[in-house]
Amino acid sequence: MAHAHTHTVKRHSGLMDWLTTVDHKKIGILYLIAGGFFFLVGGLEAILIRVQLWKPLNDFVSADTYNELITMHGTTMIFLAAMPILFALMNAVVPLQIGARDVAFPFLNSLGFWTFLFGGVLLNVSWFTGGAPDAGWTSYAPLAGTTYNGQHGVDYYVLGLQIAGIGTLIGGINFLATIINMRAPGMTFMRMPLFTWTVFVTSALILFAFPALAVGLAALMFDRLFDANFFDPSGGGNTVLWEHIFWIFGHPEVYILILPAFGVISEVVSTFSRKRLFGYSSMVFATILIGFLGFMVWAHHMFTVGLGPVANALFSIATMLIAIPTGIKIFNWLFTMWGGSIKFTTANLFAVGFIPTFVMGGVTGVMLAAAPADFQYHDSYFVVAHFHYVIVGGLVLGIFSGLHYWWPKMFGRMLNETLGKWTFWTFFIGFHMTFFVQHFLGLLGMPRRIWTYLDGLGFNEMNMISTVGAFLMGFGTIFFLLNIVTTAFKPQNVPADPWEDGRTLEWTIPSPPPEYNFAQTPLVRGYDAYWKEKMDGHSGMTPAEPLGPIHMPSPSILPFFMGVGLFIAALGFMYAPEWGNLFGSFKMGYAVGIVGLLVLFTCMVLRSVIDDHGFHIEEDEILKDMGGKA
Amino acid sequence: MSAHSHVEGQLPHEPEKATLEGRNKILGFWLFLGGETVLFGTLFSAFLALRHQVLDGPTADELFDLPLVALATALLLTSSLTSVFAIHALHTNKVKALISWLIVTVVLGLAFLGLEIYEFTHYIHEGHGFTTSAFSSSFYTLVGFHGAHVAFGIVWISLIIMQLMRKGLTVVTAPKTYIAGLYWHFIDVVWVFIFTVVYLMGKVV
Amino acid sequence: MMKRWHYFKRLAPLMAMMVLVLAACGRADLSALNPQGPVAEEQFGLMKLTIGIMLIVVVAVFAISLYVIIRFRRRKGDKTIPKQIEGSHKLEIIWTVIPIVLLVILAVPTVQSVFNLAKDYSKDPDAIQVVVTSHQYWWEFEYPDYGIKTAQELIIPKGKTISIKAKSADVIHSFWVPSLAGKIDTNPGANENMMYFSAPKEGVYLGKCAELCGPSHGLMDFKVKSVDESSFDRWVAAIQEPVALPSDPAVAAAFESKCLACHAVGDMGGPAYPNLTGIGSRQSVGGILVNTDEPKYSNEGSVYDNLHRWIKNPDDVKPGNQMGKVDLTEQELEGIAKYLSELKLNYEQ
Repeated sequence: MAHAHTHTVKRHSGLMDWLTTVDHKKIGILYLIAGGFFFLVGGLEAILIRVQLWKPLNDFVSADTYNELITMHGTTMIFLAAMPILFALMNAVVPLQIGARDVAFPFLNSLGFWTFLFGGVLLNVSWFTGGAPDAGWTSYAPLAGTTYNGQHGVDYYVLGLQIAGIGTLIGGINFLATIINMRAPGMTFMRMPLFTWTVFVTSALILFAFPALAVGLAALMFDRLFDANFFDPSGGGNTVLWEHIFWIFGHPEVYILILPAFGVISEVVSTFSRKRLFGYSSMVFATILIGFLGFMVWAHHMFTVGLGPVANALFSIATMLIAIPTGIKIFNWLFTMWGGSIKFTTANLFAVGFIPTFVMGGVTGVMLAAAPADFQYHDSYFVVAHFHYVIVGGLVLGIFSGLHYWWPKMFGRMLNETLGKWTFWTFFIGFHMTFFVQHFLGLLGMPRRIWTYLDGLGFNEMNMISTVGAFLMGFGTIFFLLNIVTTAFKPQNVPADPWEDGRTLEWTIPSPPPEYNFAQTPLVRGYDAYWKEKMDGHSGMTPAEPLGPIHMPSPSILPFFMGVGLFIAALGFMYAPEWGNLFGSFKMGYAVGIVGLLVLFTCMVLRSVIDDHGFHIEEDEILKDMGGKA
Repeated sequence: MSAHSHVEGQLPHEPEKATLEGRNKILGFWLFLGGETVLFGTLFSAFLALRHQVLDGPTADELFDLPLVALATALLLTSSLTSVFAIHALHTNKVKALISWLIVTVVLGLAFLGLEIYEFTHYIHEGHGFTTSAFSSSFYTLVGFHGAHVAFGIVWISLIIMQLMRKGLTVVTAPKTYIAGLYWHFIDVVWVFIFTVVYLMGKVV
Repeated sequence: MMKRWHYFKRLAPLMAMMVLVLAACGRADLSALNPQGPVAEEQFGLMKLTIGIMLIVVVAVFAISLYVIIRFRRRKGDKTIPKQIEGSHKLEIIWTVIPIVLLVILAVPTVQSVFNLAKDYSKDPDAIQVVVTSHQYWWEFEYPDYGIKTAQELIIPKGKTISIKAKSADVIHSFWVPSLAGKIDTNPGANENMMYFSAPKEGVYLGKCAELCGPSHGLMDFKVKSVDESSFDRWVAAIQEPVALPSDPAVAAAFESKCLACHAVGDMGGPAYPNLTGIGSRQSVGGILVNTDEPKYSNEGSVYDNLHRWIKNPDDVKPGNQMGKVDLTEQELEGIAKYLSELKLNYEQ
């Protein structure tokens, strides 16, 4: 076999570089851009929802459009904004935190991104082709079936999420393999930074939760496109089956989202308190326990479905149990700060704001766990308030914290602290204004997902407060965008450890890191590896290997085309009933669908047959990089 | 720390695990099979929930012809055994034997697939179409997903046979062959469950 | 000082909550915080218990946060390295055990209540049996023991246990009368559900659909009207009496051909869509056009006006409903609205 470094691989530049990159740092940035875009789309949908609800009997949008808005808001925020932005942080940070040059599967990493993007684009194409999905993000049958939903909206939901879901699943497997196999020497599991730990558990949850969704979506797709009878009562199907499948995926999904946010908070609080994370091993234990319990509680979304008292009692208790590991985390964070030297950077403001906010979301979660009381809360605005406290107050604050914290590492530029603080205060106050009152709206009898409400029911004032709050959150987001734009024009001159209190390996390498991350793989001598070296009086990590050429994977355009293929295939199968016949009774749509699948399979065959020898970055180039940054 | 640290021309004892790429592939594939387990688990649950909803169509008991399915089972189980021989040949660095056993595996897989296609067309003539009832939809989805996995495996192993013929056994082709073997065992295990849950239970209850 | 003030701002919503809780618990006919029957009361009791326990947690966390943020903030130029503490077994046991104790306190009444609320009254001769069938976007109430069906307004005798069997004719809906009882989903197919409740006091209680069921999900309101037992008996008798057609033959013909094809009045007409017997004495038309002689809001009007508005274009009132615009002349429309507005059941005294 020929020596790999005799191969010369074209290193692309410009647009082609971004389309073909397999570098986890660049893929992280792609995830951030795409996820950020969908966050703005979902946010705009949220604002439209709040405008519709700002006064009783409003008709700012029609009832049909309203249902499209709530469906797309939920779906977009969960699948196309929150998860990708988390994947952005995971890609940007995890390999650096474990001292790895790359992820385990760089090609699959890129494939995961492009399938997510094309799935997300497909879902949003529905706005321009006659109607977005409108059966709620939970898409309960039979409302989501063809009998009550003859348009293509739900087809987009089913296929868009299926394609995006493939990307997520790939990402999950990739990070599991990366964390298990790619750790630097000395980086034992119990020395891993907590963010890496949470990503590890989240990836495991993805691996075991997303296939359930894939089956559910496939079954619903068969019902819709090929007249199957899974969820159609007239064909012997069972609508409760969909609810089970959806929530067996859906509940772990909540923990998939929140665990990495826990990880971010752990890193940020510890760094800006200049203190070791309090109770590290109990934090790890709590993370694993939450991940495990996450699979045991799905039916608490279904207390009113009629599962019977035994199931309701068991799922009530199981759900309450989650409060215990979550409580452990909260107090560990507080005691990390206790006795520390707390610096209130924007990142830390978001982290410190997260703690009480998330506790409020957590306690309403325990309230919801009591099944008899849930008969009152369920599908009311109380639930809307609860999950926004967890997802926005928890996850989004965590994401903002993480982005402010790792921005200099990702881009080599510091975000502006003044604008950052404006972002925090407008977003934070806006958030509480929007969602705090919604608890009471629910308790006073306002069901969720209602297009409008009658006058004189006592809902008016609180809905108006909520709408004002939503606009404030919008302003917070605009401040953040402004911050990004103004920062982008500053020189890239941030040192390796810009916060000066960095504790983990990512702060030992330049900002942004070179393509190969570590010129020499570091030797890890303990938890908080960098901090330990600093405290021992060393200026950096001890290398675990001599300087030498570094093997890199080749860029590839195949993942992009695999995404394109799936996109074309989905459109073809979806529109087969309308597009007429190509010849005989063979439908044009099926032909298009098959072409799309052929593109996909051709790419897969090419990938299998053509060996990727990669290329080597030679010593002199690495030395030049090191000199340049020193 | 080059990934290609083995001596040229000499294959290490377990060539599939000789490189980091190879080890990643095997680990990643085990993880993938974990996900696949959930996938089939969900399909089985859906089938179990819906299998008595036959409406006007034939019931499982009326439909299934056990000798035919038993033959298919025997074929697939044998193919699993031949894939074990193939991996054994890989470990003893016998490329010819490896390729031969893989070809036998593919042929047995094709025979299984042929029987399944015959079985399905037969059922459709019996009035058990995909859209007949919730039972039929969930049956075809579960068994069809498995059949699609077999078909994918056949194409995949065929591609690997081609590569082995062209490139021989290397630290690149070895992990590919190894994980294809894992995959083949997995779909075999799934079939054992299908045989039990769908066919045997269909005859009994 | 700045930080302290900011923190106060964060606590402000909590105080607002206390004020709200103390000042108002919402409308007695709609709010889950203002229960009007034993089932809602039991659920409210559990809510109060959970809120109480959770307030302890929230206050503890807020207090520690506040203290930590103020006490341990970094002064300018501070270069000291705080002591690096790995953890504390004592503390960790404390904040594991205390939550477990709190959860046990919560779990015991929860489980009791789960089983209590699952009691089956469907064979109880003293209970009123009602089959609730939900439709896009209206509610059908059948009293199998009396052989009667009505729509949109569930009339119940006060104090009696009402045993509900809930199902759906199309998509999933959810039956919710917040001030009387929590909700139960109405599923299509064979997944029928049970629940029970009672209203010790006379009055009209607002009911809502609580599961997304289509564009007019938010407008799928109904009423539960609790009356004394003799009024209930009179109502049962009155609703079964035959009803005369409109006196004007032209209106009668239109009514027979256009309305009775789907709707029932007395012993005439079809059962597929809401039964109109006694519609003139109901609280609302179409569930949301509230009948009142002193209209304050845009969804209020006299019975006649509401019926006229509804029949003229039902889709304006409830988008996506199945009635559709009926082809009627203005005379027919007015005649039918008038006729229906006068279809009253006199059972209350």
